[in-house]
Amino acid sequence: MATNFEPKIVGFLCRWCSYAGADLAGTNRMKYPSNISSIRVNCSGRIDSTLVLKALALGADGVLIAGCHPGDCHYTNGNIKTLRRFKVLQKMLDQFGIERERVRLEWISAAEGDLYAQVVRNMTEQIRSLGPLNWKQKVEVMA
Amino acid sequence: MTKQKLAFNWASSCGGCEIAIFELGTKLVELSQKIDIVFWPAIMDYKYEDLEALPDGSIDIAFMNGAIQTSENEHVAKLLRAKSKMLVAFGACACMGGIPALANTTTRDEIFANSYSETPTTVNPEKTRPQTSVHIKEGELTIPEFYNTVKTLDQVVDVDYYVPGCPPVGEQVSKVLTLLVEGPLPPKGAVLGASDRSLCYECKRVRNERKIGKIVRTYQTIPDTQKCLLEQGIICMGPATRGGCSAVCLDANMPCRGCYGPLPRAIDQGGKMLSALSSIFDAQSEDEIQKITDGLVDPIGTFYRFSMARSLMRRTMK
Repeated sequence: MATNFEPKIVGFLCRWCSYAGADLAGTNRMKYPSNISSIRVNCSGRIDSTLVLKALALGADGVLIAGCHPGDCHYTNGNIKTLRRFKVLQKMLDQFGIERERVRLEWISAAEGDLYAQVVRNMTEQIRSLGPLNWKQKVEVMA
Repeated sequence: MTKQKLAFNWASSCGGCEIAIFELGTKLVELSQKIDIVFWPAIMDYKYEDLEALPDGSIDIAFMNGAIQTSENEHVAKLLRAKSKMLVAFGACACMGGIPALANTTTRDEIFANSYSETPTTVNPEKTRPQTSVHIKEGELTIPEFYNTVKTLDQVVDVDYYVPGCPPVGEQVSKVLTLLVEGPLPPKGAVLGASDRSLCYECKRVRNERKIGKIVRTYQTIPDTQKCLLEQGIICMGPATRGGCSAVCLDANMPCRGCYGPLPRAIDQGGKMLSALSSIFDAQSEDEIQKITDGLVDPIGTFYRFSMARSLMRRTMK
């Protein structure tokens, strides 16, 4: 395995909790790896499974979906819808042969900057040890 | 008026698409005033040499059904493309891989092991497997290569129009044929013989509040003929599938399986169906959600039954 492998992680962060949490991590100058590219979405419930699959198919090594804690959703139950999708998606990703560590769902509130930093650190290290996903190249090899 | 030259050909398919064309019946006779069929191996004794002998671009409209699973399929697709002014991907397999593309959940080695060793009726102690080339006393024998990954027609050649369905329903085939022969031609890349809205708009069943407490498989129940099947816990691909078929499966009390493919702006039919289905799980806690999810036996085979080769992931990795 290449030692200089840097995981590419796409983060879908809900605007009301997790993105604010990520902001807090930044303003508090907490250190976490720059491997995550975060995308602000209005609600984690907006994350269609297609977007996760697209990220993986186009070259991401991992995807983080982060939303408000259950009960705290700005839109009442968007995060519960995400949880439902996530459970089915996990089952389907198992079939595709994608390790569970690569796609994670976390509840991170606006006050939990430290949790955000810790999740990103932890996820980056886990994916680093798994190695690159390289989905597109793998599909080409299997033609 | 000169007659338009038509060709029909097949790749990895079951032959159902050819039947869909026969379903036209007398319509085909009416059209014979305007068309000449120059190549159609399913009904007449055409050989590939006959196709090769035609000048390039001499066929006006070519229909190709079936997925691309072997080097022969690919070769013929390229040949037909060169000979035709217009190439139409006909049926779910040519458009999206169809049922043959479920082979993308396994590998060539596994398929060969199953077919040539593991099936109960097979006796093959030497573990003989098909070889693309074999030398015998009389010379070399070759057969086409079997691909690991099934492809759609547009993954090997340029395609002008798409007609989805497994098979496309007769009424729609008739309209498409008339349109392509008489014009005016739609823009290149158009999906013909299908609606731009989901199947649910054509479905006559009654919908109340969609909520699923448990996933039920079709063999486990006899569904109510009036109520939405999703509400009865049966996975119906309607919400993530183009209409155009008049919901014929639903009339037979069977769920939609998704053969008309994804809606116009959806890039992945399975992902869309996954989202649509799990959103209506009647569960709040993680345990409840997990319990319903456990009832879903084969997510890929259910959500990508016809669209695996046209999906974002294309295949599985072991």
